[in-house]
Amino acid sequence: MAFGPHLLLATLEGLVTAAVLALTALGLSLVFGVMRIVNVAHGEFFMLGAVVAWFVANAIGAHPALGFVAALIVSPVVVGIVALVAERLVLRRLNYDPEATIVATIGLLYVLQQLALTFYGPDARPVAAPFSVRISLPWFGYSGYKLAVIAASLAVLAATWFLLARTRIGLVMRATQYDRETAQAFAIPVDRVYAGVFAMGAMLAGLAAVLIVPISQAHYLMGLDPLLLSFIVVIIGGLGSLTGTVIAALVIGLGDGIISAFFQPTLAKMIATLLVALVLVFRPQGLFGTTAR
Amino acid sequence: MSAPPLVETKGLSRSFGGLKAVDNVDFALPPGEVRALIGPNGAGKTTFVSLICGRLEPSSGTIAFDGKDITDLPAHRRVRQGIAYTFQITSVFANLTAYDNVALAAQRVHEDRHRRSERVLRRSILDALERTGLADRAAQQAKHLAYGHQRLLEVAMGLALQPRLLILDEPTQGLSDGEIDNFVGLVKEIARKATVLLIEHNMDCVMRLADSITVMEAGRILAEGAPAAIRADARVQRAYLGTAA
Amino acid sequence: MSAAAAPKVWLLHLAVIGLLAALQFLLPDYHHGVVAKVMVLAVFAIGYNLLFGYTGLLSLGHAMFFAAGLYGTGLAIQHLGWSAPLALLAGVVVGALLALVIGLLALRTTGVAFMIVTMMFAQVLYLTILYFSRWTMGDQGFVLPQGVRAVDLAGLRLDLTDPATRYWCALSLFAVALFASLAVVRSRYGRVLIAIRENEERTRMLGYDTFSSKLLAVVASGTISAAAGASYALLFGYVGASFASIQYSILPLLWVLLGGAATTLGPLAGTLFMQYAVDIASGFTSAWLLLVGLALILLVLFFPRGMLGTLRERWLGWLP
Repeated sequence: MAFGPHLLLATLEGLVTAAVLALTALGLSLVFGVMRIVNVAHGEFFMLGAVVAWFVANAIGAHPALGFVAALIVSPVVVGIVALVAERLVLRRLNYDPEATIVATIGLLYVLQQLALTFYGPDARPVAAPFSVRISLPWFGYSGYKLAVIAASLAVLAATWFLLARTRIGLVMRATQYDRETAQAFAIPVDRVYAGVFAMGAMLAGLAAVLIVPISQAHYLMGLDPLLLSFIVVIIGGLGSLTGTVIAALVIGLGDGIISAFFQPTLAKMIATLLVALVLVFRPQGLFGTTAR
Repeated sequence: MSAPPLVETKGLSRSFGGLKAVDNVDFALPPGEVRALIGPNGAGKTTFVSLICGRLEPSSGTIAFDGKDITDLPAHRRVRQGIAYTFQITSVFANLTAYDNVALAAQRVHEDRHRRSERVLRRSILDALERTGLADRAAQQAKHLAYGHQRLLEVAMGLALQPRLLILDEPTQGLSDGEIDNFVGLVKEIARKATVLLIEHNMDCVMRLADSITVMEAGRILAEGAPAAIRADARVQRAYLGTAA
Repeated sequence: MSAAAAPKVWLLHLAVIGLLAALQFLLPDYHHGVVAKVMVLAVFAIGYNLLFGYTGLLSLGHAMFFAAGLYGTGLAIQHLGWSAPLALLAGVVVGALLALVIGLLALRTTGVAFMIVTMMFAQVLYLTILYFSRWTMGDQGFVLPQGVRAVDLAGLRLDLTDPATRYWCALSLFAVALFASLAVVRSRYGRVLIAIRENEERTRMLGYDTFSSKLLAVVASGTISAAAGASYALLFGYVGASFASIQYSILPLLWVLLGGAATTLGPLAGTLFMQYAVDIASGFTSAWLLLVGLALILLVLFFPRGMLGTLRERWLGWLP
């Protein structure tokens, strides 16, 4: 393939990565923005979404589309419930202390990961895509499903934006993010907002995983990469900023796609991680966020 | 004034986003004086003294201490030059005893002066505790002290630093009348050897202690002068909405 | 104030060392090797505790210091042909230098950002080790030839592959680290670190240069961890990338939390307990990391002071 079409292919692949990454990172960003905690187990919610999707699709033996749609509904709900339980039992008791939360979520990471290992096993297993249409471009055929993933992600991002910017729930969330004490004084049930946000963050990750699982397989260790990439996105884009997260996801997703097509992945990851660490050192508010109150 | 000022600021300003907390302040404090800094809430008093002791960096302007420019000097170096600050919002070591709190202050001074004797160190710690009336509470953990006593612990730590300039930020908050009386006596005694810059809302205290008063409002100096003159100043009375004494 | 407790403290620590020495003769072969390994890893935990327990800085990247020592020593032997003592020194020096650089960068951040930055720097080192797998043998790692793992000391040849010699070396290293940490913690510098942990701004406003103190703590912590890594290479002969992975950044945190942060003997207690807990769990399931996860959650929820920390709080207030 000539360079041009190769680049186009890499770009499309990058967009798919960016689409999924945007949803995952958004979940992490919302949780930090509103609750001011870092959830290290975020990647495991992602993995959980994929694994549950496999169980559901496998249980519904009929047409793959049915299985997929069922997974699309069931997976995020299951992940959300797990997140709520964790939030109630652990995070709330810690009073959302930043350091303690990180340690606890590291523990949660291992618990979820190893439970997946125990009940799902060490193998990577595929889930069938709901449809397999190929779009014929002049230079190559491209999976219609992948394009659908991009569209779906855009839809969810738009819905989330709408929720945050235009609904009362979103207003309540933003108020709690801005000033917790004042929000309490206005009779906003901060505890419930926190529970809801934490569940929502997890569900976004779970949903993203369901979208990606027909493309890449479900594996019990698949949570680590999205976690690190989400971290990078959120740090670059600015913690708590929706626009920043989306733009950063785009940049990193595309960058990852293009660089992976031309360079060795390990080197790329190395340089990316180093650059992001340096950004955090010298410009803690990221590129779009405002300095924390 | 024959002696050069101990603290001098020129055009000192500090902004937070759009808000000018300290606005172009020229200030001079001669050595040996007890200066009260008063003004309504939000006038910029704490911000101003935070700039002097180095907790905050100025947006513009200069600060000089004992004739030397300290504008770029980091906070811990200013403390070693002789500026001590007691926090407005109590900031002691909650889990350490009162004794250990003061010890941290005294130890640093002790080391700076290359003294080795444990006995001398112990004496200076107990001395600071006695002068602030905390000697019988020395073994108590700071977090178990009453609020007013925590404020006194702040003062004790400031004393143990043996400073040339002691900045007291609302030290009598939470103290009973009797304790305030003791406190006034303490400051008068401190003022014999050190310069004192006192932020206070308790006007009785101010009138008893201050050699002169600086009034701040909205980040600027509104008036400066002898206590009686300030008391009578119409602008000051207006700034406080009619209450000056 | 605690001068009166000093003899008790020293006796306790000497007793612990004495007990470990006695175990040399009492333990069956398998446990012999495990305890030797635990002592070396406990040194890693002591290094971590200095920064986390006493200074209050939670690093999620300490694997990089252990790995710096491990690979510094391992590569010096494997590719430069250095002798064991020289290679040990190399590992320690590499670790110290890395700690200095990381400290200068990471200390510009605090709290959560510090955790993330240290985690990322460690990840970069891990990826670097994988990238240069031509020399580092990547994930697989390499084994140091037995012949090199020996020290010639005044005519005597100490074969580090011999279990008894290995145990004595591990014990010596541990003893040095233990007493060094005890000395630091009871010194004025130690009290400054604790003050920084309790209230950094207050400490600064008492005239202490908190940045320098913290930087020194990072370097000391990193150097001790590197010494553990370097010793591990010499005593156990295996150098592999897994020691640079995030798991080896989480483990010292777990050991210290479990044993009791800000206690001198906590690191040993935590490492010993977890080593055996994991050993037993691995007998039942390959998902033994589940135990690590549960332990972390339970510790942080109900037992934040750990074993020796709780002991100190309830009964033995003089425990350092």
